[in-house]
Amino acid sequence: MITRFLWQGLSRNLRLFVLLVLLVGVALPVLNQLVPPSQPLHVPAWMLQLIGKYLCYALLALAVDLVWGFCGILSLGHGAFFALGGYCMGMYLLRQIGSRGVYGNPILPDFMVFLNYKELPWFWHGFDQFWFAAIMIVVVPSLLALALGWFAFRSRVTGVYLSIITQAMTFALMLAFFRNDMGLGGNNGMTDFKDILGFSVQADSTRAALCFASALALALGLVISAAVVGSRFGKALTAVRDAESRMRFLGYRVEGYKLFVFVLSAAMAGVAGAIYVPQVGIINPSEFSPANSIEAVIWVAVGGRGTLIGPVIGAFLVNWGKTYLTGALPEVWLFALGTLFVAVTLFLPKGVVGLWSQVRSRGVTRKARVPA
Amino acid sequence: MNLLRRLAVLLSALTALSIGTATMAADLTALVANLTVGGFGEREAAIGALAASGDARAAPILEALGAGRLYVRKADKVVVIAKSEGNQLVLTDAVTGKAAGSAIEAELDRVRVNNRLRGVIDAAVGSLTLMNPDPRVRRGAAESLLKRPDPAALAALDAALAAEKDVRVKAAFSQARAAVVLASDASKADKLAALQVLRDRSDRDALSALQAAANVATDPEIKVAAADASASVRQTLAVWEAAQNVWYGISLGSVLLLAAIGLAITFGTMGVINMAHGEMVMLGAYTTFVVQDVIRTSAPHLFDASLLIALPLAFLVAGAVGIAIERGVIRFLYGRPLETLLATWGLSLVLQQAVRSIFGPTNREVGAPSWMSGAFQVGQITVTYSRLWIVIFALVVFAALILVLRKTPLGLYMRAVTQNRPMASAMGIRTPRVDALTFGLGSGIAGLAGVALSQIDNVSPNLGQGYIIDSFMVVVFGGVGNLFGTLVGALSLGIVNKFLEPYAGAVLGKILVLVFIILFIQRRPRGLFALKGRAVE
Repeated sequence: MITRFLWQGLSRNLRLFVLLVLLVGVALPVLNQLVPPSQPLHVPAWMLQLIGKYLCYALLALAVDLVWGFCGILSLGHGAFFALGGYCMGMYLLRQIGSRGVYGNPILPDFMVFLNYKELPWFWHGFDQFWFAAIMIVVVPSLLALALGWFAFRSRVTGVYLSIITQAMTFALMLAFFRNDMGLGGNNGMTDFKDILGFSVQADSTRAALCFASALALALGLVISAAVVGSRFGKALTAVRDAESRMRFLGYRVEGYKLFVFVLSAAMAGVAGAIYVPQVGIINPSEFSPANSIEAVIWVAVGGRGTLIGPVIGAFLVNWGKTYLTGALPEVWLFALGTLFVAVTLFLPKGVVGLWSQVRSRGVTRKARVPA
Repeated sequence: MNLLRRLAVLLSALTALSIGTATMAADLTALVANLTVGGFGEREAAIGALAASGDARAAPILEALGAGRLYVRKADKVVVIAKSEGNQLVLTDAVTGKAAGSAIEAELDRVRVNNRLRGVIDAAVGSLTLMNPDPRVRRGAAESLLKRPDPAALAALDAALAAEKDVRVKAAFSQARAAVVLASDASKADKLAALQVLRDRSDRDALSALQAAANVATDPEIKVAAADASASVRQTLAVWEAAQNVWYGISLGSVLLLAAIGLAITFGTMGVINMAHGEMVMLGAYTTFVVQDVIRTSAPHLFDASLLIALPLAFLVAGAVGIAIERGVIRFLYGRPLETLLATWGLSLVLQQAVRSIFGPTNREVGAPSWMSGAFQVGQITVTYSRLWIVIFALVVFAALILVLRKTPLGLYMRAVTQNRPMASAMGIRTPRVDALTFGLGSGIAGLAGVALSQIDNVSPNLGQGYIIDSFMVVVFGGVGNLFGTLVGALSLGIVNKFLEPYAGAVLGKILVLVFIILFIQRRPRGLFALKGRAVE
């Protein structure tokens, strides 16, 4: 029944898109594993890693879009939820190293031995179990979002004030995580991971599986978002975006709607971060930097806010550009990104997807005129 | 034995001093020449005589002798001080202090000293610095005695104290004497008097001397008195420390004020989120750098005026860039604050990268003019001139801005447009022009802030980023659209930050302040001094 509910929430285009995402998630790993490297169809491991990374970014963008595009909350702190999910995964991965670390301590990760910790801090307990880490990946960002949203929405902090608060939040978290006595690796963060669920993180087969997991998570995120947005709840959400006071006067509890979607979005960002970390092999406090969060917002803006396909496309486009430009012309990248911000807000308020539907509708009207 | 000898030398020096100017006038050349003849016994007497002369030139000669750098040139028997440079020795005439050419080791005879003589020389140099004609040197000698009280110096101190005319040096001497008395085996009454002297001084050095006295004292009365005195000193110190924190807080607050005040105009009165505001500050700082660079190469005598020249230029540069941004981008986005935020963030990235491409990614050196370097003491607080000027500058800029807003036609138009745009427009105010000028004014003030911040921060392309979040916090905390709110917000955040720092550390203190503001905005979403009325919505 739930599956039917979820499936019905999808429009035809979106169904095709989800299938496309899943296809990419299956085809790339298969082409990597089953086709020998000599064949032209072989997908190299770095490509898997890159696409896996982009898929995680796309999920983060989707999370931002869910609150910004559909509820009008511009969060400049979603990078914090992403990073928190990543840190939870990083803690699990560090505990998996066991006695294979540089210092060979079976319980304490290397940085703790280095910093003269005598025993594991309380919040590290349980992270040796994957199921516990998996729960925490969702729970920790959600709790932060719940606390922040609870305070902010109840006292009707809206618009740019909320944006600035979320930015201050991620900035404060960045400062906090840079401290060595947080017990979370300080400015070096966590790295040198060995294996996940018993498989080596370095192995190609694990990379293939992680790439598939990223695609699966994105597909799930799309389906859940579509279900939420398409439901009666989603209609109310859009109404809150467009006329918050009117909804309040009509008797809706606006705070509840906002809080729910904010927490859901934070959980999605957390999952994205968690799958991201084993693929890039490191998590450090710079993930919390406000610039990262704003970059995620621009992915959404480029793709088209208020659509579900848009953020995915935006994340891929911008990050592909970033990978290309930082490699080929590193000087130009920030110019390009900055110009993108300005150009998109001025000329493409609905993003690439909006442009596409604009062009198509113009085409339709032209066709309609022809017989007349 | 050694001690006694030292004392003998000192005493001879001091009696000689008290005999008066006759000895002072004695020919230094003869005294110095005496150093170089005879055995160690005669040399000791000669050192005593030289120290007794009280001549300022005697100290470097004795120091050179102690370091084994005093020589006699074989050719003309002139006494010289040598400094090795390569395999040559560069010579200075010991008596006149003039350069005397150079020589190799073989042309000279070293004036030899042994360990015992070195001790004698140290004591003699110490007493000579207590007699030094420069009062600052004398005070320095007294301070170092206070930090390391040496009972042997008591006699020299007493003599110096008797001869001292300068009131402040005299106070320093008597405090040093008190520390020395506490360390010596003087009588109980003397020690109690000394405790009182140190208690009146009440600073960190006095505290450590008092604590040392409390630790070593055997007499219970002295022990109690010393503990009592150190407790009172500690209390005074705590008050000074609080005062110091307030001053640091005001100093930090004025920096925040400078950075935020331009934002208070663009964000507060226009409602425009300008994420590129920090980059305007950076442009101001780089303007200062360019001005100083030009001055260094073409008109070095103007260096002290470089900041004054940079101020109007920075205002114009940042203001022009601000007007360009308003005309080019922001005016298309009025009424869409979230989009404005994104677009200006993009602009900030472009500006940063532009500066990085032109000036390079590394920090640029901006020098301080002479009237901004140095420091002075107020009680126990050290006030650096650069901080003081920045506080004054921030207040001046603030006052000027208030005047512009209240007394000029532009300010009148700005307030009119802020309060009711359509009505202002109907009254014939050209609102787009006012918008551009307001934005230019806010940006220009950010440029002014950049000139000031170039004195205390690294001038790098990332300069602005460090201030943008803080500035927003100040404006939001103080209340949007209210300049006095910004003033109060900046100063209180600065002071709170500095008071948290000793307990929580700098980073945690900053985090606590951020969390506090986040909670505060929940309670009062419109800030400390919210505008009331319908104009807010």
